[in-house]
Amino acid sequence: MLDFILSKYNYWIYIILMMIGFYAMIGKKNLVKKIIGINIFQTAIILFFISTAAKSGGTLPIIEHGQGHGAHAIEAASYVNPLPHVLMLTAIVVMVSTLGVALAIVIAIYRRYNSLEEDEILEKRKWPRNLLF
Amino acid sequence: MAPQSPVLVVVIPLIFAFLTFAFGWWRKDLCYPIALVAVSISFLASLHTIYTVITTGTIHYYLGNWEPPWGIEYVVDHLNAFVLVIVSFISLVVAISSKRTVEQELPEKVVYFYCIFLLQVTGFLGIVVTGDMFNLYVFLEIASLAGYALIAIGEDGAPFASFNYLIFGTIGACFYLLGVGYLYIVTGSLNMADLSQILPHLYHSKVVLVAFAFFLVGVSLKMALFPLHVWLPDAYTYAPSAVSSLLAPLMTKVGAYVMIRLMFTVFKPHFSIELIPATTILGWMAAGAILFGAVLALAQIDLKRMLAYILVSEVGYIALGVGLANRNGLTGAILHILNDSFMMLALFLVVGAIMYRSGNREIPQLRYLHRKMPFTMAVLVIAGLSVIGIPPTCGFFSKWYLILGAIDASCWVFVVVLLVSSLLNVVLFFRVIENVYLEPGEEHAGRGSELVIANEEAPLSLLVPILIAGAGIMLFGILSGKIISVVIQFAVPQYFVTL
Repeated sequence: MLDFILSKYNYWIYIILMMIGFYAMIGKKNLVKKIIGINIFQTAIILFFISTAAKSGGTLPIIEHGQGHGAHAIEAASYVNPLPHVLMLTAIVVMVSTLGVALAIVIAIYRRYNSLEEDEILEKRKWPRNLLF
Repeated sequence: MAPQSPVLVVVIPLIFAFLTFAFGWWRKDLCYPIALVAVSISFLASLHTIYTVITTGTIHYYLGNWEPPWGIEYVVDHLNAFVLVIVSFISLVVAISSKRTVEQELPEKVVYFYCIFLLQVTGFLGIVVTGDMFNLYVFLEIASLAGYALIAIGEDGAPFASFNYLIFGTIGACFYLLGVGYLYIVTGSLNMADLSQILPHLYHSKVVLVAFAFFLVGVSLKMALFPLHVWLPDAYTYAPSAVSSLLAPLMTKVGAYVMIRLMFTVFKPHFSIELIPATTILGWMAAGAILFGAVLALAQIDLKRMLAYILVSEVGYIALGVGLANRNGLTGAILHILNDSFMMLALFLVVGAIMYRSGNREIPQLRYLHRKMPFTMAVLVIAGLSVIGIPPTCGFFSKWYLILGAIDASCWVFVVVLLVSSLLNVVLFFRVIENVYLEPGEEHAGRGSELVIANEEAPLSLLVPILIAGAGIMLFGILSGKIISVVIQFAVPQYFVTL
């Protein structure tokens, strides 16, 4: 059992990180802590994707000496899979934009309510409460 | 040469989004016409696309001429093309209507509004047109990020509602991304057509099950399917009028499209129906959504918030059609994507017009509006009748197919749910119509004098879109047989047709 955990330790870390992030997003009352939670959550996903690409003994997926001459070297087993890396580059762009939008919205909230605590904002909000939530 | 229209549909609004921004620095009043041109070109391209699909069959467009399993591919079949035309047409109508309300509600932010508006449209169109799982994720996030920004510029309470939406939306998108990752581990492919070839051999793998679960939860969050709808009512209530009339008809429908695509194209119906009871669970969640949305809508005083809860219930109809998993059910679900888009468009535009003229949208405050805004209120009544499901309007026909589907599946509970929800909608809309049309009697009118009420009809740029939406509701009702025989019967997955 211990062997199973240790040999796949990167996946365990991914799950633990993801749960920490998830808890912060749902459970924390402070809006900035929620944003940090989003980031931990998304970083965990990056770790997961990069883990799937790794191979023991794999090297950089660059064929030396360019086109044509590298034909002998194409053995997929000896190269790290580059595709998840590329996907994560795109995902990082998305995550940075999410962070930017989230921070901008939090600034707007802070200007209106002078607070970043969820329960204080809910108390201060002027809009009428409904009969049911 | 392959037709270029599928890619033009997406690229034109994307490029024009940045053009809008550039020209906006120079002259603010150019933004509206530029946005209008962009969405019109996009709509024409989507019309060309659906014409090509109907006459010659599915279009495959290889971006950068990279062959499918490696490159990104745009695949447009009948289902895509149908949703594509809906999305681009509704974007066009909303773009036309946005002129006055944006000037009134967001005078400082006209440039940014149209820039993000076009990015939002790009996101929706991209989700619909793409045939690549990861590309879909990117477009989903473009649409969502633009949505968060657009909602956040609304009235008091909007930033907080938008932040909540952002948290839920990010969880949904991340779950979708994880699903893509799990599928990639076992198949090594991101192309939808390729995946649907490889996956059947792996249906008993736990990894595929986990991926499917992630997809279902992620997409349900994006389409606001009960009980994952909590972000929706706040977000769509406090958003600016133009934004809620764009997002309310489209975001949930695009989510529903992704769900149909995932359940019946990427995964085969055999998997989603027989191997795991996904459709059954979806059906029950949808039934919950229909009742819950309608009951909570009853409790609202704010007209826009009431519509947001009705939207939750309408999403339930589409999900129920998918959950029934037979030919009639799916026909109803796909038809309801069209019908509900127009019903929600009409209703939210009407609320926008009321807000523009009176600045107030509480249901008890709507008195005398039938004299001030006769045409707008007529469309409100038509849309209301359609949500209830009265025959000449389009809402009746999708409900009819859903009920037929429920009978075919012998799920009598769902038949009852559909009928009960119609009754609840009757109560909902007659409460609104009563407040608009019935005037207080002589003794309550005060001073007994004739009230002079000026005609304050909505401005033309707002009235024309409202009338288009109202006409659409009637027209699609009358033409629903034609629409089904030309497009929808081919859009329903082959598995159900031969059943």
